Amino acid sequence: MNVSNIKNSQVSPSEGFREAFTLHLADNALIMGHRNSEWCGHGPILEQDIAISNIALDLIGQSRNFYQYAAQLFNQSTNQPINLATEDSLAYLRDVRDFKNCLLVEQPNADWAQSILKQFFFSTYQYYLYQQLQNNKDEQLKAIAAKALKEVTYHVRWSSEWVIRLGDGTEESKKRSLKALDELWMFTGELFEPAFYETTMNIDFVLLKEGWTKKIRSVFEEATIDIPVENKWHQTGGKIGDHTEHLGFILAEMQFLQRAYPNSEW
Amino acid sequence: MILLRKFYYGDYGESKLGSSSDNETSSSPSGAGGEWPLWEVFIRSKQGLDHKHAGSLHAVDAAMAIENARDVYTRRMEGVSIWVVESKHIHASNPDDAGALYDPANDKAYRHPTFYNLPDAVKHM
Repeated sequence: MNVSNIKNSQVSPSEGFREAFTLHLADNALIMGHRNSEWCGHGPILEQDIAISNIALDLIGQSRNFYQYAAQLFNQSTNQPINLATEDSLAYLRDVRDFKNCLLVEQPNADWAQSILKQFFFSTYQYYLYQQLQNNKDEQLKAIAAKALKEVTYHVRWSSEWVIRLGDGTEESKKRSLKALDELWMFTGELFEPAFYETTMNIDFVLLKEGWTKKIRSVFEEATIDIPVENKWHQTGGKIGDHTEHLGFILAEMQFLQRAYPNSEW
Repeated sequence: MILLRKFYYGDYGESKLGSSSDNETSSSPSGAGGEWPLWEVFIRSKQGLDHKHAGSLHAVDAAMAIENARDVYTRRMEGVSIWVVESKHIHASNPDDAGALYDPANDKAYRHPTFYNLPDAVKHM
């Protein structure tokens, strides 16, 4: 599934670990937000259409904060005042291999069950990650995480209630929930496998995985879904730019306007 | 064949179904093509003292109704507190009775306390 294993420096010369990590956080939020935005106008019911669009906006808002900070870091570390990085240039003018989001967030929405489960896995991960970031030494990351945590807390609540509702629902909803689990589980391992740029950011990945697994377990129990056994193998590569084929399509749609009409404004 | 029927606030005539009791049948979320029950949403704004009617929405239960209300009616900082109540529990006056109910108040201006001269000493009135 992964395009290739060539992973020679996806980090441009001026891109230090902090920049790469900030971009990783931004890309995660942007791509997940974009996937959610695809539901806009297609939700199963008006109220849930609005709910998932709200979450899309929350995530895109988070990504803006991270991109703005990343741009600031880039511009500080470079001496060329011509190509100044901006939040827009980072979101719209980087190519697939430069994106550092986890593979999980770029997976297709498929049906409601799969979108919900993806949201639940991701939001729970964000929740425990941001809790740690709240105490990070980097003041900016700390502040963004603290602000976003309130939103993420709601995303976890909303998505876990849906996981329970569908898992412990009808025969059909159960079937779809299990299919979604089958499709997505292999992408969850990557969340807890630190990329090189994460190793210096003071994140306790063991603690992160522990919190995540515990939450998943308790919600699955209520949803009467068996949690898969610890995976021996999982998909990986997104964090360092080796993506599934889906990301290219997302970027093609998302970046088209800025690339076809550079600097056009809303 | 079950006749599906939506109850909007202000609708008159639900008593014909005799559904003032909490029967589960009409609020069951399942059933082929069944609509989710309708809920009325009341929001208290930051400054407001009382909850005001904001609108209505569909949800399978009270928990979902509150979450939907949060997403639909408070996304522009409209509120700090939410009440929801299933629409079928709201009873409305019959529009046909409007004449008898409200018109008699039309010519009773003396019910407004505008004919009194307030002494200057009275403040905060």
